[in-house]
Amino acid sequence: MSEHIVSSYDNDLQDLRRRISEMGGIAEKMLVESIAALLRGDQPLAQTVIASDSRLDILQREVEESAILTIARRQPLAVDLRETISAIRVSGDVERIGDLAKNIAKRALAIGGQLQPQKIAAGVQHMTDLVLAQLKDVLDAYAQQDTVKAVDVWRRDGAIDALYTSVFRELLTYMMEDPRNISFCTHLLFCAKNIERIGDHTTNIAETVHYLVTGENLALDRPKNDRSIDATVGIGA
Amino acid sequence: MSPIAVNTSSAIGHAAAADADAPIRIAVRDLNFFYGDAQALKNVSLNFHDRQVTALIGPSGCGKSTLLRTFNRIYSLYPDQRADGQIILDGQNVLSPSVDVNELRARVGMVFQKPTPFPMSIYDNIAFGIRLYEKLPKSELDGRVEEALKKAALWNEAKDKLRQSGLGLSGGQQQRLCIARTIAQNPEVILLDEPTSALDPISTGKIEELIEQLRTEFTIVIVTHNMQQAARISQFTAFMYLGELVEFGPTNKMFMTPTKKQTQDYITGRFG
Repeated sequence: MSEHIVSSYDNDLQDLRRRISEMGGIAEKMLVESIAALLRGDQPLAQTVIASDSRLDILQREVEESAILTIARRQPLAVDLRETISAIRVSGDVERIGDLAKNIAKRALAIGGQLQPQKIAAGVQHMTDLVLAQLKDVLDAYAQQDTVKAVDVWRRDGAIDALYTSVFRELLTYMMEDPRNISFCTHLLFCAKNIERIGDHTTNIAETVHYLVTGENLALDRPKNDRSIDATVGIGA
Repeated sequence: MSPIAVNTSSAIGHAAAADADAPIRIAVRDLNFFYGDAQALKNVSLNFHDRQVTALIGPSGCGKSTLLRTFNRIYSLYPDQRADGQIILDGQNVLSPSVDVNELRARVGMVFQKPTPFPMSIYDNIAFGIRLYEKLPKSELDGRVEEALKKAALWNEAKDKLRQSGLGLSGGQQQRLCIARTIAQNPEVILLDEPTSALDPISTGKIEELIEQLRTEFTIVIVTHNMQQAARISQFTAFMYLGELVEFGPTNKMFMTPTKKQTQDYITGRFG
């Protein structure tokens, strides 16, 4: 993309990209560390994650203010306008990802040192690995304005939903086996849901990248595989 | 929730959406234009839809004002300027020698960048053109003048000083007077060549509001350097460069997702 005649316009857009890149880095770290804290019972690590969230909130507000100023000053059109709007959307999604990771860290503190059953831990870790890859890929796609990469992320979300469904069922089983499991399993359930929601946010970002580059929406029906809605508990059966 | 891609067929708020089904009022076919030996328009073909505003945009020297001036053959005042090709208005090629240019210029009115009121009273500015073609009783003439001034949103400001000179009005008012003068001829097409470039923001706003109202009655072609103005008030936009038509389409699409890189570079300020 060639440069604007007015170079400060390029600087304005560069600024938006830089802030989002920083936000992305923080969000990735928060995700990795919140799950590590959860699965290892690492309380200090959980506290670090919770503290990182404020920086994300500040950056998100800065992105919004900067984008609004850009619209007022530059009256951007075409790709510039799409990029400015996209920055607002993506910063919102990344900020939510940070909130969800913070929530996981809080639940890590609530569970305390209680060890999770190996099977659940493996399921949660696997989900996290997939979502982390989604997040890295979609942030790359945004930085490089790569719509092929973005669509790929968009398609892969189904696998995460499927994993979530199986973790959900697994947790129900544990809760049924022993009421003493209910408390920490419920926290784990929320954590798994949070990871799945982070995955959804990465697909939102993917849709935004596609819109930024092409000006078109992705088709309305994203592949969805969350069947947890069908999972029922047969109490007293 | 997905971002909303701009939908040109829905009338979201403001100025109505581009109606590509509206009949073609002016059809330009293979138009070439020469200032002496220099070719200013190269094989331009383009349609202007009835009662839509079409904006012509492009850098200086691209031919947009030249194109505008072919529609009412005002170039023919100058001996070494010539056009060839077709400009079809209501089934008739206006470039044909058999066309009465005076009659043409009543059907296709023009407003310039610098307001050009006649050095006469406000009343006579409007009545002058009417008197050229029609012999009307005074009451009817009064009625026509009033109607034109009302349509040009100038009546309230001018009604108590109709006998005062048109030159005494402010720039924005003079421009509306020129528009009223054009409207008084009951034209089919109104050509506007950067009508608000010399005006302050408030006058500009009033003229833009006026254009949106006039559109329901007249086909309008506007040349403008102001991208945002083109985006605000037109339904169709044509981007020209070095005498050629580069891209033409519904305004929403042109300004949100132009097809040609050159168009995007121009409208985003990357042309350099």
